[in-house]
Amino acid sequence: MAAPVLSIRNLTVEIPTRHGILKPVDGVSYDIVGGEILGIVGESGAGKSMAGNAVIGLLSPPAHIAKGEIWLNGARVDQLKGEAMRRIRGKEIGMVFQDPLTSLNPLLRIGDQLVETMLTHLPISHAEAEKRAIAALEEVGIPGAAKRVNSYPHEFSGGMRQRVVIALALCAEPSLIIADEPTTALDVSVQAQIMALLKRLCRDRGTAVMLITHDMGVIAEAADRVAVMYAGRLAELGPVREVITAPRHPYTHGLMASTPLASKGQKRLHQIPGAMPRLDAVPDGCAFNPRCPYVQDKCRHAPGPTAEGNAAACWFPLVQEELS
Amino acid sequence: MLAYIIRRMAQSALVLLIVGLVAFAMFHFVGDPIDNMLGQERTADDIERLRKQLGLDRPFVVQYFKFLENAVQGNFGMSYRQGRPVIDILLERAPATLELAAVSGILAIVFGIALGVFTAIKRKGFAANAIMSVSLIGVSLPTFLIGILLIYLFSVELGWLPSFGRGNVVDLGGWSTGFLTTSGLKALILPSITLGLYQMTLIMRLVRSEMLEVLRQDYIRFARARGLRDRNVHFRHALKNTMVPVITVIGLQLGSIIAFAIITETVFQWPGVGLLFINAIQFVDIPVMAAYLMLISVMFVGINLIVDILYFFIDPRLRVDRTGGH
Repeated sequence: MAAPVLSIRNLTVEIPTRHGILKPVDGVSYDIVGGEILGIVGESGAGKSMAGNAVIGLLSPPAHIAKGEIWLNGARVDQLKGEAMRRIRGKEIGMVFQDPLTSLNPLLRIGDQLVETMLTHLPISHAEAEKRAIAALEEVGIPGAAKRVNSYPHEFSGGMRQRVVIALALCAEPSLIIADEPTTALDVSVQAQIMALLKRLCRDRGTAVMLITHDMGVIAEAADRVAVMYAGRLAELGPVREVITAPRHPYTHGLMASTPLASKGQKRLHQIPGAMPRLDAVPDGCAFNPRCPYVQDKCRHAPGPTAEGNAAACWFPLVQEELS
Repeated sequence: MLAYIIRRMAQSALVLLIVGLVAFAMFHFVGDPIDNMLGQERTADDIERLRKQLGLDRPFVVQYFKFLENAVQGNFGMSYRQGRPVIDILLERAPATLELAAVSGILAIVFGIALGVFTAIKRKGFAANAIMSVSLIGVSLPTFLIGILLIYLFSVELGWLPSFGRGNVVDLGGWSTGFLTTSGLKALILPSITLGLYQMTLIMRLVRSEMLEVLRQDYIRFARARGLRDRNVHFRHALKNTMVPVITVIGLQLGSIIAFAIITETVFQWPGVGLLFINAIQFVDIPVMAAYLMLISVMFVGINLIVDILYFFIDPRLRVDRTGGH
């Protein structure tokens, strides 16, 4: 297997508050290799985006990386500060945000936004950057790119703007893309197009993708492997097909069971009892234990084993095929 | 764009017509001008003759249009007190006020924006907090008090700067300027600080709060995520967006700098139109008051027109919305 583009080891993000230290990301480890799409899935507040922000060095204080390591192309980046980290952002890590309507500066032409990004990171002339800007827009499927570079963001539809955002994230040819809910704000009909585009571009360039979403459908469609997060911890990590058809962590199992399937014709959707604990009230032992139907004594005292490779962070992983 | 400008100009003209009506009405509300013009020794014939001569026997509307007609041609009549054409007096005084207002305005804008950006970017720094605290003084102390304090400190105690007047001025074809002599420049310092301080702190606090708001926006996060340099993020991405609402306020404030000049000019005995206006009020010199009113409103309206046009250059979204297509 190729050396991973991104390697996260035991990453812990802490937010000190008056009521103690919160850990929105708690001991998470995973790798992403070039050309691979790793889906990060979980409920709101499970720490998905926080992990992404930690990687690109955009945690908003007082949140900070308290423990663990982040390796990018064999170099450790979690300790880089200010200027050194800025050079990596955009150049080696691209980011796509959730809402294309607010991600673009409304007062600058999209061509100028592309050009300034390229000129910041690449040793090319202004004329060359302009040429590449048009090429980048063509690549993401903007019709009439040569004319549209001079348009302002408000002259594009939401889907087109997300294409522009993707072009911006990719224009300095980063080796890793962090896509934070890239399709959530879009029309359902546009979602599939954008995902297909992201997938194609990253395959072609061998870019690693960290795809953060709460939408299992998007994961099933686009990702190669999936990491399921729960209360800041990794619940399960494995190839998409395995995790979807044969989840081993009871939380993943509950999550899959609550996804409506047209083929199954369920009368009532499965529901996991309770709610994800607030960050200031994560229970001892396995974070999922109060809601787990298979809970045993051990789960209440010892945190689940760390999920790494193809594994579930569970003392008593399920062995079943019942969801297939 | 042209249609938009024409529409705005029509609105401006309407505003000026209404202000003109108010200015004209002053003549009628503040006593009979004939009384003021003829002395104690007058006959009924004199009154009648002067009334006819001045056209004051004609209907109100006719008089109003006559007033407008004259005003457009720069003819505001004779000053009751000085017995000279008002327009001559105004033109003679205007350079002093305009120079003072220009210097104050530039000071207010340059320092207001610079300090606003600084305090927004270094929000938690000691210097930023110190500036914010000091700026409270600028907002809360009345202009005349600041002027008097400055005079006390720099003229009376330290003796560095003159406490009144314009110093030596140079006449450039009817425009008397204080920019070309040392004493003229020195005389400008205290009044322009006094006049501009309030606007500066206002602009600074506004820029700061708008900028903090803009810095929280997604497109700033995205700009950072693309690894753009801080300078670029702050001054190209953030400041431009900050300026959209700030420009409106700056425009209005520039207008009020000219209006507020009355107080500063009084404190520093600055020979501008503001001081002229104050003296005109004391002597019920209605033509001067009316002309001053018109002059100020023309400036206000003009500045607002410029601000509206500036929007076009800053915010591309307006170009589409207002003109319907591009």
